[in-house]
Amino acid sequence: MTTRTIVVVSAGLSQPSSTRLLADQLAAATARDLPAGTQIITIELRELAHDIVDNLLTGFPSPALGEAIGQVVRADGLIAVTPLYNGSYAGLFKSFFDVIDAEALAGKRVLIAATGGTARHSLALEHVIRPLFTYLRAVTVPTAVFAATEDWGTATGSGGDLTARIERAGSELAALIDRSQPAAPADPYASVPSFEQLLRSR
Amino acid sequence: MQFGIFTVGDVTTDPTTGRTPTEHERIKAMAAMARKAEEVGLDVFATGEHHNPPFVPSSPTTMLGYIAAQTRDLILSTATTLITTNDPVKIAEDFAMLQHLADGRVDLMLGRGNTGPVYPWFGQDISKGIELAIENYHLLYRLWREDVVDWDGEFRTPLQGFTSVPRPLDGVPPFVWHGSIRSPEIAEQAAFYGDGFFANHIFWPTEHFVRLVGYYRQRFAHYGHGTPEQAIVGLGGQVFMRKNSQDAVREFRPYFDNAPVYGHGPSLEDFTSQTPLTVGSPQEVIDKTLTFREHFGDYQRQLFLMDHAGLPLKVVLEQLDLLGEVVPVLRRELNALRPADVPDGPTHQARVAASLTDADTNLETSNR
Repeated sequence: MTTRTIVVVSAGLSQPSSTRLLADQLAAATARDLPAGTQIITIELRELAHDIVDNLLTGFPSPALGEAIGQVVRADGLIAVTPLYNGSYAGLFKSFFDVIDAEALAGKRVLIAATGGTARHSLALEHVIRPLFTYLRAVTVPTAVFAATEDWGTATGSGGDLTARIERAGSELAALIDRSQPAAPADPYASVPSFEQLLRSR
Repeated sequence: MQFGIFTVGDVTTDPTTGRTPTEHERIKAMAAMARKAEEVGLDVFATGEHHNPPFVPSSPTTMLGYIAAQTRDLILSTATTLITTNDPVKIAEDFAMLQHLADGRVDLMLGRGNTGPVYPWFGQDISKGIELAIENYHLLYRLWREDVVDWDGEFRTPLQGFTSVPRPLDGVPPFVWHGSIRSPEIAEQAAFYGDGFFANHIFWPTEHFVRLVGYYRQRFAHYGHGTPEQAIVGLGGQVFMRKNSQDAVREFRPYFDNAPVYGHGPSLEDFTSQTPLTVGSPQEVIDKTLTFREHFGDYQRQLFLMDHAGLPLKVVLEQLDLLGEVVPVLRRELNALRPADVPDGPTHQARVAASLTDADTNLETSNR
């Protein structure tokens, strides 16, 4: 059986980061519903921040960033977690997805999540972050997980608490991964039309 | 093996002095660079084509005609001629005229251009870039090979009984390179016609272009023009040299740090390790340039970008003197390594000779 790979992208900037904490819990919840041996790769965008800006300026990734992008593109499932700044995703989070080829995430199964100071920001997931992945033609799971500061102190089992939302979202992503074929990245050279086709299609 | 320089023709402020050359100074500097290129023994001068500030070369054949009159052996070329927004009829006429005036010392590199607003200024749409490149070149190809052309395409007025004048010198059209940074479709186009393929190569990592050139070579063979190794490949490069490597780094760093393309981004050290840019001694330039052949196979033309980022003309001319010392070494090494059945860089004389001895293997062109 093919080993499945989940890639976790965390855009938290502080260390330790509540964004990373949420990301880790989502990854664990997803892996629990998948066969043992599922691989989890976590990418901290903070470590790639300069490389991401350089890529925006030069048009190509550094070796380290290129490796991270390759992991995201090859992943069977993606967990994308950002802090909310000024009511939206962190700029670094958006910039990372801006330097990935716009076609590369089509069909990718994605769990989106965010952290913020108060629950008043929670709909940013639906109004800002889900549309980003819709544009990229990724498949987002229905449950998006928002964790406000106060959620970290809520008792489990209280219904609608953070742990339950994490478990539900993780199960949804695992179910999507379980039903799918292992990811195979698109090869731009595999689909180049022949010259006869190019000439005919004008 | 041909060596030369290509220029974007940007007007950029010298970051070390704050001085910005006038358009007039920049245009004259480009001509001075071309004369210097011939003086130091280079083979090719190629100019870009742009239609928006801060660039000056909107009219390449005017510039190349002027340079043709001031040089004897230099091949005059472009990097690139916009096949998307220029009327292919005008390209056919302009470059045939230049070919006659320069006694055959002319070829051209076709590219799509990458500035969105330029397309609508010329009545075109950037989203049709590939389609424009395919159709326009097919017409250009026919105009240079058929005395009377009937044409009906999507992007220009139909032609009935049209003859493009003057006819190509000696009945042999200028050699065409197709330049691309990322589109396999353009490599496919170059391969179909048996034309040259030029990988810009600068600014991006070599591995990216290795794939593109490999694809072109494979398709060149598929279309029956020869073996993959016989395909005609050109590469860009970018160097800054001083006798002492540290002097080169110290002098070039402010230009690098403020350069329009990559400035304020990666460090000079990161960029030189990740791209073909070489900043150092002539020997370092020789060593790095020789690695290109290891990546791409034997190739026919190496062009260097020597004059961007606001480097003053005086420095550029000094750089060309140094390039004149480096190129004979590269020429000797690369020519010695190239197998006998891999062609040399294309010249008008060689193509005329080939057209006289070969049966006409021109592709059959049909009128859709």
